[in-house]
Amino acid sequence: MKPAPFDYYAPETVDEAVSLLQRLEDDDVDAKILAGGQSLMPMLSLRMARPEALVDLGKIKTLDYIHEENGVIRIGAMTTKSAAEDSVLLQQKQPLLHAATQHIGHRQIRNQGTVGGSFAHADPAAEYGAIAQALAMEMVVVGPDGERVIPADEFYLSFLTTDIDCSEVLTEVRAPVMSEGTGWAFQEICRRQGDLALAGVAVTLKMAAGNCTDVVIAVFGVNAIAARLADAEQLVNGSAPGEALFAKAGETAAAALDEPITDVHATGEYRRSLIATLVRRCLAEAVAGAA
Amino acid sequence: MTALQQLKLTVNGVNYEREVDPRLTLVDFLRHELQLTGTHVGCEHGVCGACTIIKDGQAVRSCLMLAAQADGASLQTVEGLRNAQSGELHPIQRAFIEEHGLQCGFCTPGFLMATLDLLERNPNPTDQEIKDALDGNLCRCTGYQSIIQSVRLAAAKTQGGKLAGAHGSA
Ligand SMILES: Cc1cc2nc3c(=O)[nH]c(=O)nc-3n(C[C@H](O)[C@H](O)[C@H](O)COP(=O)(O)OP(=O)(O)OC[C@H]3O[C@@H](n4cnc5c(N)ncnc54)[C@H](O)[C@@H]3O)c2cc1C
Ligand code: FES
Ligand code: FES
Repeated sequence: MKPAPFDYYAPETVDEAVSLLQRLEDDDVDAKILAGGQSLMPMLSLRMARPEALVDLGKIKTLDYIHEENGVIRIGAMTTKSAAEDSVLLQQKQPLLHAATQHIGHRQIRNQGTVGGSFAHADPAAEYGAIAQALAMEMVVVGPDGERVIPADEFYLSFLTTDIDCSEVLTEVRAPVMSEGTGWAFQEICRRQGDLALAGVAVTLKMAAGNCTDVVIAVFGVNAIAARLADAEQLVNGSAPGEALFAKAGETAAAALDEPITDVHATGEYRRSLIATLVRRCLAEAVAGAA
Repeated sequence: MTALQQLKLTVNGVNYEREVDPRLTLVDFLRHELQLTGTHVGCEHGVCGACTIIKDGQAVRSCLMLAAQADGASLQTVEGLRNAQSGELHPIQRAFIEEHGLQCGFCTPGFLMATLDLLERNPNPTDQEIKDALDGNLCRCTGYQSIIQSVRLAAAKTQGGKLAGAHGSA
């Protein structure tokens, strides 16, 4: 068997999961939550992760939903990514989050992998990292002391690390409904379709009196945490759109990156140049789609 | 050794009840415990798609799941494609034969199950939709063109007809 031995628990409610996690923590047992397993299973099989206990959330049936309330879309953590991909609500009301979902892995991965798992795993190349920043999403976690709502900019701490505590469970992610007239774009570059991206960009903006406003530019895959690029956003804000502006914004975005990741897939400098290109293309696409 | 886990599930319409080591992957359970060796194991960490099966109506990689996670599930493997009564091959299997959608055949069970998932959702896919649905499956022999042709033919064969294998797609 490929994974090292572990104890396995499958609680049926969030409360049960939380008290179990707390008990394991008190007993100094190294426990991990198992959601869809699409990131954790490879890590177990390669023995990069060797937890002593796994707490499988698969039997908790109350965390599988997508609905909207007062302009906020709430997605249960155990909702599969293919359910998000197939959601008409998401497609119509939060098309950026929807488009990003379609870029995650392959259909088989999205059928089993969960929305919550992708946020919690915090891979630098995860599409949802950029979406969390671009849409200022909120993450809801439940622990022994009750519920906390964590804004995206406090949720991601580092490479594969979030603010979720050992005895807490991510139960829901929240995104605003996209407001009327917003233009948006999501683009990434992968070596093969479905691979983790080398670099990617999400853009939203509006048009007012012929100028770009409310410009949001978020990048992922280039540093430990996805981030918005304020300098490039400011350059475009209040300016009339055009190829020259988009190219300048791309250069500004690329220049603002602090030591992009170098790994076997690409050098940091190559990633930097991808960001310049992707920001330029995304701005053009978002402007074309804005009302 | 950690406590064994009770497991109840349906595979190709047959009910099974077993006790498994929690770290047993689903593909090893199918192959070693149930002797259903039609599902292949390539990479064992989620990149090749050879182990693709249908779980509760959707294609998943059986190497990226614990057997314990399939408790209560209904699975279909490549063995369940053939019509149990007549022994006839599934239209998707016939299409792969007719269009030479395989050479060594190692990747084929995974492609067949991914194709079943696609055609259930989308009986008449475009070439782009076929590529999107199969982009998680690797084939080192065919160069993929004949696989795409096979899926096109399978779609034509199953248009309007019932797609599911002997025990339904679930
Ligand atoms: C071939 C392949 C390609 C992929 N491509 C991409 C890609 O392009 N983009 C991308 O973003 N991802 C990609 N992935 C990863 C995939 O999206 C995973 O599904 C996802 O990262 C994790 O979701 P999961 O439900 O499978 O979580 P798991 O693998 O079960 O868990 C992942 C981590 O999150 C923690 N966790 C999960 N749920 C919770 C929760 N509710 N509360 C607290 N902690 C939790 C777990 O403890 C674990 O540390 C790919 C995976 C594979 C195998
Ligand atoms: S064996 Fe499961 S994806 Fe390769
Ligand atoms: S037919 Fe040989 S790997 Fe696909």
